[in-house]
Amino acid sequence: MAPPTFQVQDLSVVYETDSGPVPAARRISLSVDRGETLGLVGESGSGKTTLALAAINYLPANGRVKQGASRLNGLDLLRLPKREMPRMWGSRIGLVSQDPRSAMNPTLTIGRQLDEMGCRHLGLGRREARDLALAMLGKMGMSDPPSVVGRYPHQLSGGMLQLCAIAMALLTHPEVVILDEPTTSLDVTTQATVLDVLTELKTELQTAALYITHNLGVIARVADRVAVMYAGEMLETAGVKALFARPLHPYTLNLLRCVPHLGAGARAERPKDGKASGITRAAAAEADASGIPSARLASIPGSLPPWDDLPRGCIFAPRCPLVMDFCRVSRPPLVEVEPLRWSTCLRWQVLLSDEGRAQAVSVETRAGVPPLVEDTRSRGPLADGGLQPSQEAVSVPVLEVKDATKAFGPARSRAHVKAVDGASLSVPQARTFGLVGESGSGKTTLARVIAGLELPSSGRIFLAGESLKPSVGARGPHMLRRLQMVFQSPDGSFNPRMTVGRALMRPLMIMNRLDRKNARERALELLEAVRVPASHFDRYPSELSGGEKQRVAIARAFAGDPDVVLCDEPISSLDVSVQSSVINLLADLQEEAGTAYLFISHDLAVVEHLSHRVGVMYLGKLMEIGEVAKVLAPPYHPYTEALLSAVPVPDPTAASKPVRLHVSVSSSLGIPSGCRFHPRCPRYLGDICRLQAPPWRLSDGRVIPALAPTSAAGPDRPAEAAHSISCHIPLEELVRLQGAG
Amino acid sequence: MALAATSVFILFLFAALFGPLVAPYDHTAQDAAQRLQGPSPAHLMGTDNFGRDVFSRVLVGTQGVFYLGGAGTFLAAVLGTALGLIAGYAGRLWDEAIMRVLDVLLAFPALLLAMVLLSTVGPSDINLILVITILYIPMFARIARSMVLDLRTREFVEAARLRGESRRYILFGEMLPNAVAPLLVEASIRFAYSIFLVASLGFLGLGVAPPSPDWGRQVNDARTFFDVAPWMLLFPAAAISALVISTSLMADGLRRVFDPSVEGRRR
Repeated sequence: MAPPTFQVQDLSVVYETDSGPVPAARRISLSVDRGETLGLVGESGSGKTTLALAAINYLPANGRVKQGASRLNGLDLLRLPKREMPRMWGSRIGLVSQDPRSAMNPTLTIGRQLDEMGCRHLGLGRREARDLALAMLGKMGMSDPPSVVGRYPHQLSGGMLQLCAIAMALLTHPEVVILDEPTTSLDVTTQATVLDVLTELKTELQTAALYITHNLGVIARVADRVAVMYAGEMLETAGVKALFARPLHPYTLNLLRCVPHLGAGARAERPKDGKASGITRAAAAEADASGIPSARLASIPGSLPPWDDLPRGCIFAPRCPLVMDFCRVSRPPLVEVEPLRWSTCLRWQVLLSDEGRAQAVSVETRAGVPPLVEDTRSRGPLADGGLQPSQEAVSVPVLEVKDATKAFGPARSRAHVKAVDGASLSVPQARTFGLVGESGSGKTTLARVIAGLELPSSGRIFLAGESLKPSVGARGPHMLRRLQMVFQSPDGSFNPRMTVGRALMRPLMIMNRLDRKNARERALELLEAVRVPASHFDRYPSELSGGEKQRVAIARAFAGDPDVVLCDEPISSLDVSVQSSVINLLADLQEEAGTAYLFISHDLAVVEHLSHRVGVMYLGKLMEIGEVAKVLAPPYHPYTEALLSAVPVPDPTAASKPVRLHVSVSSSLGIPSGCRFHPRCPRYLGDICRLQAPPWRLSDGRVIPALAPTSAAGPDRPAEAAHSISCHIPLEELVRLQGAG
Repeated sequence: MALAATSVFILFLFAALFGPLVAPYDHTAQDAAQRLQGPSPAHLMGTDNFGRDVFSRVLVGTQGVFYLGGAGTFLAAVLGTALGLIAGYAGRLWDEAIMRVLDVLLAFPALLLAMVLLSTVGPSDINLILVITILYIPMFARIARSMVLDLRTREFVEAARLRGESRRYILFGEMLPNAVAPLLVEASIRFAYSIFLVASLGFLGLGVAPPSPDWGRQVNDARTFFDVAPWMLLFPAAAISALVISTSLMADGLRRVFDPSVEGRRR
């Protein structure tokens, strides 16, 4: 048998840092053959990017390969002199990085940058190189390559730019290509297209590919084999189907159980027949078989071991639910436990049975954690103003948004953009309204308008029936206390010069008028309720992990015992295993405190998992709104349909859905006339979509014309109906189309 | 490097604090018999044209430099930071008003502006300090303003607004602590410049009135005697450069401590 195209043997990498050497990757071996894609999965700090960069001799200046070899068709890249490498990169090795904007030179047209590959590495003339570039872009599925090559990077959308970057990497038909999270910064619909293109090209070009990602769904779509990395070591490797069906390392198993699976059903109002969403039942069924209630995600307790104090035994032992004494004795090697399946776990056989798997999954429970709901003593004098849970309260929505519109830029100018255009929604007590949409859909702007951080151009917001002042500064402490927000970035959420304790005490003192002593007591209770050790009270935010910070941010939002918490992508910057524990925490707190959430996310599976009602936004307008099970089942709005079929499901056996949106070429903003989705709509009807705003179609058969004032529609506005879609296509027709397709 | 500079700076600081106490001679004491003597164990830096001990005069002169430059820089830092915070947070009208006025100040060469102002109001300690303050306010205001513009969109500031904090608390409690590091670095750089400015003005006769031992004036006085008594000029001049260089090197070190990315970029 011929040696594999690309082979890494026993590779160790050390970074020299101010705080000492960091062994970022340790004794890793892998191989990729031509036409094969090896998926490298791991959370941040797993060393996956380090490994890939070291393997192609492309480490940053402070990185050093300690030992090992990396062979490309027999040639050891690590023994080559440094000056030989630039010739290899680009011609025999391709690299696609996460951010295409920084990978491209902003001062040169795309064409010039692509031509250079042909001229430099293939020795072509200008004209031949341009022909090759155009042909390559055509292979990427672009409809009009000549218009793309004449543009500068800033004139292209992120998705289009990434397609160009991939074209550039593959132009010279390299023997191996490293794809480092190429779709992570893209929208899910764009990601689906890019993944399709990659899968196609893989067959055509027969390139060996190393695909790095943290997204298990993406891995399931593109990889033939998967290697799982953790803390700089490889824990398991296997064929993609075998790995997802039957992981043989507890870390892999837990990772798979950390992510909510689209179609697994929501926390409430779960469809009984189980066919409602029709995505993947297999995943949900398996989760049920192992005895985990699907309402609770697995989460991996603890954190990565510190670099300067790695455990002597199994690297995962400190966090492993299956750990035994012998796991801690010495580092177990990666061994072939079954044909073509390697695992470092000494107890892999436990994972063969359902009971064993159930035992290996760690699900943290709320047991032993003091409830968040506090006694009246610490609530302070303003507590009486709060909402009392009663029959009446349930019928009146806690949060109601009517026709909120937010426009930026001067009116009648080209820069005038309605980021939110007439959004109406309502959230009852103890319920979650999930808001999904791609970047630029206006979901964050809507949350900021509700919070009063942006002034709405028009529209009203009600909190438990009371009209809210538009500006946060005018609202007064008793209103502020009842509406709080959790932000996307855990790093930005805290003042770096303020201790965690002070960050928690401040809202208690301001909004609840507690004195120092009581505020401190209550702050400590809050920390405990979100499972952050009390020892963190006097620490600065930089000393906390991302997950801990986000927990404290949640505690801060809950400090005033709010009625509504706006969650703006609170988990999207966290690692998978940490995400799940934050999701669980939010669900627990909602149950205990009866808080309503507006949960914003681009991740449909998470929204499905947490939400009772869902709204789908596109370019500032709600396209579809309703109960979660109804929104995620036909009839869908064509946009929802495209979103759903674009979500990569962590199940390699799931059939890929055919609905794709083309990647928009231009980066410029501009809101299309008529239905704003029409230029990308896979179910485009014709002039009516282009010229007329679509009506709201309610599940009870009523149709509300787009231009009718909301009040004329009576109490059952689209915002409150069981399910409403804003589309020119009648619901029955949508069912027929989508049932077939 | 920064460490050595800091030790030199501290040496000068001691000289400023205790100079008059440790000076071997009274800095104003004239001794006609000892005129224009070269450096010797009795007079480490020699004597000047009135027979005064140059070492004592340099030592005592440190005080004036620290006092004038320090007070001027400090006042400029306080006022400039306040103006910058207000400009950055109060909205467009205030921002425009404050920053344009400061731009006008910046448009003049520093030394020229100082000379014009001082020759109008007349040189005195207080006036010197005020001139330094006026000259350096724009730099501090600009830094404070840019920090505010950066910080105001940060989520922790929005969280503070969401819990109903007052503007004053947000500016001084949330934002200012994050701006302290760059302001401190700026202050140390400005202090170095102010030493130079004080010396220059002294050289031009707009500094502290005689017989106070001003370094700049000493250099000026020594010019005429340079060919017979070069030490008279060399030592005060060396003191000026040593203090200026050590202070700016220290500022560099401070910047590196506060902003580790500067260190990283050096690789």
